[in-house]
Amino acid sequence: MPTVALRFSPLAEHVRTARLVAVAVARRAGFEETQLDEIRIAIGEACARAVLRTRGDALVTMDLTDDDDRLDVVVRDAAAVGGVPHADDEDPLALALMAGMAEDVSVDDSDSSAGAVRMSWSRQQPSASIGDSEPAGP
Amino acid sequence: MDLSVTSREEGGRTVVEVSGEIDVYTAPTLRERLNELVGAGHHHLVVDMEGVEFLDSTGLGVLVGGLKRVRSHDGSLHLVCQREKILKVFRITGLTKVFPIHDSVADAIAASSAADTSGAAS
Repeated sequence: MPTVALRFSPLAEHVRTARLVAVAVARRAGFEETQLDEIRIAIGEACARAVLRTRGDALVTMDLTDDDDRLDVVVRDAAAVGGVPHADDEDPLALALMAGMAEDVSVDDSDSSAGAVRMSWSRQQPSASIGDSEPAGP
Repeated sequence: MDLSVTSREEGGRTVVEVSGEIDVYTAPTLRERLNELVGAGHHHLVVDMEGVEFLDSTGLGVLVGGLKRVRSHDGSLHLVCQREKILKVFRITGLTKVFPIHDSVADAIAASSAADTSGAAS
């Protein structure tokens, strides 16, 4: 069972909400800022992709599971409701960002069912002060 | 955080100052502003991203679109960004090879003007 689950209507303005929820869960689970930045970007990409694929009133679902130093995320869309876009429509930048930011990514969009993006991160031990992150913005 | 886009003329270039979050929701605003500027004859842009907190693939797509538009008018698009978390987005997608990225607006204007002069001389 997920630690936190979020369902939202497929509107671009809710992607930010999903990012905030995901980062809040990861922060509470002890992930550090550098990894939170990766989680924020990868989950934003997965949710934006789900929003663009989902048609009609169906909801996008994000399940976050925090378990034993790991964060597992599944973002499900409802593309089957309105037809799955061709693979050609996939944004290579979005896929590159998901692959580059998450430890494991799998994109499942068989034509007959709704798609899902699964990603995971394992919590890194607090590092020594090498490469301290930048100070927080204004 | 909302997206804010303002522009000003500086050193013969149009400096576009962007701050806030550029994502799937806000990117159309940035696209519109860049299109307006290019449409109004501003073909040499310096996009100052120092105030950008978040950038996603939609935002990258808008910047690439802006670059294509100015280039079709023999223009240029330089970026100003020092934030590691934003630079990482450019690196992972290979776009550091596409955009000249500078540490300051002054550097960007100088590089943009120098490229223009050498281009005119050739």
